[in-house]
Amino acid sequence: MASRSNRPTSPHLQVYKLPLTGLISISHRMTGVLLSLGLLLFVIMLSALASGGTDYQATQDLWGNWLLRLVYYGFVYALFFHLCHGVRHLLWDAGKTFASETLDHYAKLELIASLLLTLLTLIFI
Amino acid sequence: MAYQSPPATTKEAHACHPGTRHWWLQRVTAVALLPLSFWAIILLDMCLNAPYAETLGWLQQPFNSACIVAWIVAVFYHAALGLQVVIEDYVAVPGQKIIALWAVNLIFLFLALVALLAVFRIISKG
Repeated sequence: MASRSNRPTSPHLQVYKLPLTGLISISHRMTGVLLSLGLLLFVIMLSALASGGTDYQATQDLWGNWLLRLVYYGFVYALFFHLCHGVRHLLWDAGKTFASETLDHYAKLELIASLLLTLLTLIFI
Repeated sequence: MAYQSPPATTKEAHACHPGTRHWWLQRVTAVALLPLSFWAIILLDMCLNAPYAETLGWLQQPFNSACIVAWIVAVFYHAALGLQVVIEDYVAVPGQKIIALWAVNLIFLFLALVALLAVFRIISKG
């Protein structure tokens, strides 16, 4: 396959103006990849907690940085976005919510739900 | 109709294909992660904001540590399954594809073990 790389390729993502549902679909994949990378931060925090109070405090101080705060907020939003669209995928798997005239409606519902869940998390937890 | 193969042949040809298992386990871990993410977010928030003793005490409570251990198992499995699909879609060269897949699998297995051991070390402090 690699040897035929000079052959024309089919148009990919960047060629099309994606509808809302398409944007959400590719974002689901992107947030999935980013969340996977974010797991590394989780391992670091857990290891710091396991190794004792000094290491824990040092890591926590590091997270006081505003840029890393933004990363944290982004992580929480990415998680809820991925979770909400994941629920949508589960509904699709069950054979429900396929009607084309309702697709945009559900897409907006997902976006609102993920924003609300993020806000609730940041306020109450 | 002539294009369709008889059901018996089809079943036999696909019986051992790992695709169904991959698809199914991705869904099973997804459903498990719906409630478990709640614990993960609480732990993450505590690690970033709460004092050492408070976070330690929270994670040492049996139900919380059980949920976090379950979350670790489910989330690293779910992430590896998801990244596998991404690699299969975007890495076209067969050799590179196999190396990338196994690198991801082994890295996530290792990270999961590190996380689990950290939780066990935390529990054994109490």
